[in-house]
Amino acid sequence: MTGVPLSAYLVLALVLFCIGLYGALTKRNAVIVLISIELMLNAANINLVAFSKFGVTPSITGQVFSLFTITIAAAEAAVGLAILMSLYRNRKTVNVDEMDIMKH
Amino acid sequence: MSVSGELIAFFGVALVAILGGVLLITLTKVVHMVIALVFTFLSIAGIYLLLSAEFVAIVQILIYSGAITIVMLFGIMLTKHRENDEPSKGGWRKFSLLLAIAGFAVAVYLGIYDLDIPVQPTALHEENTKQIGIELFSKYVIPFEVMSVLLLVALVGAIVLAKKDNEEGDRS
Repeated sequence: MTGVPLSAYLVLALVLFCIGLYGALTKRNAVIVLISIELMLNAANINLVAFSKFGVTPSITGQVFSLFTITIAAAEAAVGLAILMSLYRNRKTVNVDEMDIMKH
Repeated sequence: MSVSGELIAFFGVALVAILGGVLLITLTKVVHMVIALVFTFLSIAGIYLLLSAEFVAIVQILIYSGAITIVMLFGIMLTKHRENDEPSKGGWRKFSLLLAIAGFAVAVYLGIYDLDIPVQPTALHEENTKQIGIELFSKYVIPFEVMSVLLLVALVGAIVLAKKDNEEGDRS
């Protein structure tokens, strides 16, 4: 049997996670930072689903938990964007470098 | 090792996913970045199909490539952005960040590259949605209900945060 090994999926998830981390830490537009965080959550989901098939005790639980994670991620995106909207109304900017009211 | 169709499909899908991520990093227009990420989300759905998780794949397409992308596009269009997301000034900071992330990647890679768990036959592909439904409403019914409360809280919270508060002085 020459299926795709488990480590291939894990490495793909690692690469996507690192791209998301880099984007979240370097991009200046706050919407792009939010969407990079979504990418990192997706990478974690790949791991959950991969272990639900190739883990020590394969079962459907990994898929159920990845559904939970997707729900949390959707709620997080909605609330994050709402915070961004109210911040934009008050400060007229979506640049993360200028969001420093609590720093000074 | 002979090349199976599964392997070819995996490499194609993984290539598109990583390409979308790299485009997210390199493109300059903000809208283009979001469109590039749609490709990544769609190919992650393909990965789920390869892992015999059909229901999660459909949910991924609906929620991520549908809902979240549209919400993010609305977020971009409702806020006045400079069309080009100009790069940050600190090139030195960026370089050290890249170095740190590369170190993290190598550390995790050393842990996972020779991970070998004996493959066991699974029945995940048979009536996948039915299995998820049975599990969700028997074993995980409490987390499921908590999740619905959380979605309600997020809905109310998002409306309260995003609504115009011009009558701020009226509230005592």
